[in-house]
Amino acid sequence: MAEQHGRQSALAGLGLDAQARISTRGAGEAGVRLGERPWRAQLALRGDPESEAFLTGVESVLGVAPPTAPLTVSSRRGVACLWLGPDEWLVTLPDRREPRAIARLEERLAGLHFAVNDVSHARTVLGLAGPRAREVLMKGCALDLHPRSFGPGRCAQSSLARCHVLLHQLDAEPAYDLYVHRSFAEYAWRWLCDAAAEHGLAIVAD
Amino acid sequence: MLLIECPWCGPRDEQEFGYGGEAHIVRPADPHALDDAAWGEYLFMRTNRKGAHRERWVHSEGCRRWFNVVRDTVSHEILAVYRVGEAPPAAGRRGE
Repeated sequence: MAEQHGRQSALAGLGLDAQARISTRGAGEAGVRLGERPWRAQLALRGDPESEAFLTGVESVLGVAPPTAPLTVSSRRGVACLWLGPDEWLVTLPDRREPRAIARLEERLAGLHFAVNDVSHARTVLGLAGPRAREVLMKGCALDLHPRSFGPGRCAQSSLARCHVLLHQLDAEPAYDLYVHRSFAEYAWRWLCDAAAEHGLAIVAD
Repeated sequence: MLLIECPWCGPRDEQEFGYGGEAHIVRPADPHALDDAAWGEYLFMRTNRKGAHRERWVHSEGCRRWFNVVRDTVSHEILAVYRVGEAPPAAGRRGE
């Protein structure tokens, strides 16, 4: 595996830690809290959702089975498995857990029809939370995010202000994780800052 | 703007989709056995139907799956959506 010293998060150039120190005073009354949550290990997992051996094999390694219901997430102890398509998932893990997870998946699923790849560097995660977070997303995303059709434990891929995004709702506050491609991260960040300004925005550290 | 029902993701905005042209066009099993006219027929000629039209769409911003849609080419009304490999519903056979 390549040496990882000197790596930078997608938004390293924006000085977010300094911004977070300045804005923490107002975090309590802010309508929206926004922060980069870098260094999530991410695996692209593909396999046959009809194969019991595949589903149980993944569960025995990760602790969560790939969800077969569209647009859902199964998560447990810092590991989440997000539905991307009928035979495709994004697995997220704590930082640096990915080499061992890949090795164990390959060992456990040997002989089955599957694929697992490390895509940790493809996307960064923007954490968007607060009582007004949904209003911010509604400005640039055509998804129906009303609680009657979207809630905690749901995920969806769509576009946010012309930028491809994987949206994962974490809780009912609401809090969301937005997975954006690294090269779009600064654009998405600046768009979110602008969209959230009217609701009172606090920048928070991970 | 159309609201298209992806078979997996549910109703989504048309902007999330790509268009793939007429559905159910079968590639000839042995292209070398065809003359130019027959190959051209397969490659370029489409029905250009007025009314219910069976066509392919891909949910490129979402689950990235291809599927079939029956759309009225006059009103843009979407009459049916079905997965690849499924038989087209009766609405798509109207006027054949």
